[in-house]
Amino acid sequence: MLQRVETHYKVTGFAALFFMAGFTLIAFLALSLTDQSHFDLSKIMADAYLGNIIVFTLKQAALSTLLSISLAVLVALALARRTHFIGRSFILKLFALPLALPPLVGVLAVLGLWGNAGWIKHLITSLGFDKPSYSVFGLSGILITHVFFNLPLAARLILEQIENTPSENWRLAAQLGLPHISVFKLIEWPAIKTVLPGITALVFMLCLTSFTIVLTLGGGPASTTLEVAIYQSLRFDFDPARAVTLALIQLGLIAIFLGLSFKFTKALPQTISLKKTSNRPLTHGKIYHAFDAIILTIASLFIILPLASIITDGLTSNLPRLLSTPKVWSSILTSLMLAVLSACLAVFMCWSMIKSIKTSTGRYAQVVNFIANSILVMPAIVLGAGWFVLLQRLGLVFSFTPFLVIIINAFMALPFIFRILSPAIAQANNQTQKLVTSLGITGWTRFQRIDLPALKRPLTLSFAFAMALSIGDLGVIALFGSQDFSTLPFLLFQSLGSYRTNDAQGLAFILAMLSLGILYLGELYAHHLPPTKKPIANGVDNNA
Amino acid sequence: MLELKHLNLIYENFSFDYDAKIEKGSLLAIIGPSGGGKSTLLDLIAGFATPNAGSIWFNGQELTHQPPAQRPVSMIFQENNLFAHLDIATNIALGISPDLKLSKQDHIAISRALERVDLAGFENRLPQELSGGQRQRAALARTLVRDKPLLLLDEPFAALGPALRQQMLGLIKELHDEQNLTTLLVSHQPEDAKSTATHTAFLKDGKLSILKPTAEFFAIKDNPDLKDYL
Repeated sequence: MLQRVETHYKVTGFAALFFMAGFTLIAFLALSLTDQSHFDLSKIMADAYLGNIIVFTLKQAALSTLLSISLAVLVALALARRTHFIGRSFILKLFALPLALPPLVGVLAVLGLWGNAGWIKHLITSLGFDKPSYSVFGLSGILITHVFFNLPLAARLILEQIENTPSENWRLAAQLGLPHISVFKLIEWPAIKTVLPGITALVFMLCLTSFTIVLTLGGGPASTTLEVAIYQSLRFDFDPARAVTLALIQLGLIAIFLGLSFKFTKALPQTISLKKTSNRPLTHGKIYHAFDAIILTIASLFIILPLASIITDGLTSNLPRLLSTPKVWSSILTSLMLAVLSACLAVFMCWSMIKSIKTSTGRYAQVVNFIANSILVMPAIVLGAGWFVLLQRLGLVFSFTPFLVIIINAFMALPFIFRILSPAIAQANNQTQKLVTSLGITGWTRFQRIDLPALKRPLTLSFAFAMALSIGDLGVIALFGSQDFSTLPFLLFQSLGSYRTNDAQGLAFILAMLSLGILYLGELYAHHLPPTKKPIANGVDNNA
Repeated sequence: MLELKHLNLIYENFSFDYDAKIEKGSLLAIIGPSGGGKSTLLDLIAGFATPNAGSIWFNGQELTHQPPAQRPVSMIFQENNLFAHLDIATNIALGISPDLKLSKQDHIAISRALERVDLAGFENRLPQELSGGQRQRAALARTLVRDKPLLLLDEPFAALGPALRQQMLGLIKELHDEQNLTTLLVSHQPEDAKSTATHTAFLKDGKLSILKPTAEFFAIKDNPDLKDYL
């Protein structure tokens, strides 16, 4: 009987895997089988514009990573030292916010602070100085926005690692009276060193494949990345062959980078679980206190001011008018529908793939693990480009658009929810597997009575996460969107492109509320559920 | 003499109260149920926790507000007494010079301390290459080079088997006598107290309720809390 259950899970898991591989493969084939008559390597090599794009792609990613990581190390060290500081838990919560925001909202937030009509320029002119001439469009804007998203992420990951240090080590350091430099050399740096390559690789990868931010802030041919160039060659130049060349170069870059990073990095921790307080004794002096205060204030302002500008600009934009526009409502509805379906698909695929791993071993499990984690490597825009080329030839682009958006968004959510679900399923399995097997509980009963109750929490969180990711996405929809088929991010992108800044600010506010609302409701619901029961300990634990 | 004068700590709505005089040179075993405040007492003496009221005195000198490094205290925990990525010699050297500026004499002192705990020749090993008992002995070697009169041991053998813990207890007793230490040993094994300690204390619900010479302590018959625990 056990055999039968396992077969069920294997079949659905295999189907999910097959679907993913097939979908990706078709996109690939479509790309590589396009008319390549003017595909000429020597011509590509000599193409100066293409060279510029590649250089800029790498340059912005490298600079973004360098800035984000080095600042994150300073911030994490300061937070690790200030264990009893009142604003600590506030900062930790604040740093979780950018991760929950769609990239487009981040762009609007950065514009709200740094842009031409933003707070900084406003402040400087109102103080009687000349309006500064810097422009947020181009490399500087891209860097600011990438740091806005990645600094908090990296800082939280690094801080977690520092705080994993056994509490005895901190006490020992205090008792031995180790000077600050020794504490850094002996405790902090060794901890940071273990995660730094992994975090650097993650941030570099996110910046290398960043699409929305470069698309909206790039502001011209001088600052275009491969991802954006793929989009432009399809959407504006109608040049699929060029898109194919660009997509292949992008995949090549990613492959080289991944090859390098696999060699030099270890896996990152699966989840971030930061304690509100740490049991490290306070031992640093006044100079450190001042230094930490400055670092933490700057970092907090860097995150909080753009977020505040989203709220104030959003509320002072013409929200009532926007909310009485049918176009806005239809876009919201389309976005919500796509997000729900995409989240369903993502959670179902992820669940069945993980379940099929847990019931099998060896190579198959490795393959599933690899694919689920590496789909991130396949940029949405490349997948979209492949299907765009194929469907265009068949004349079916617009009838298939919703499905493509749903599927590709689901794929993009997979690596993230895999990280939420996989440990949860493993834990639930450990607790129930033997009992379930010995009682012979199988099939639907098992799913309904055993698996589902134990996993409602992680499933809810995964669903909310996949939905939020999909609702804020401007990837595929930028390729396929039109007057007739528009999502909220697409509408926002259009109003930004036609300089209706006021509308864009209002829409960004709505989008931020939607996305945060979904995550908030997900968390709220998950916390209302009874917690997964822990196994009852045998007797009294007298070891503590 | 180690004196705890009306020492009080409030932590997460729980109140810990300690008031005791511990004679110089005694080896005091502290027993009692978990969560009763045994480790908290050691944390207060070592300076890892700050009391809300009261004071701590050692040989007429007040410790209450001294930073941990300036107290005449060495402490050994249940585990993680060594920095995992530093070799044994460096771990011990930190007890002599926190910035690792070492003279020739210091190196000799380190090797002697290692010999004393039967770890001669272990200088260049990493903690992970040692067994649990060996790691605790290396930590003891560091207390030797630090040469502080007050030794605090927080369940240092909880992870060791019975034969090994007897061995370790013996070693601690020897070092205690050789160095004229005042030693506080937190344990959840009453046998440890019986076999080694000059004095024994019972701690429950954050209160230090009994502190007597060991023989008298185990002769007590009329204390229900202690009876339940034993």
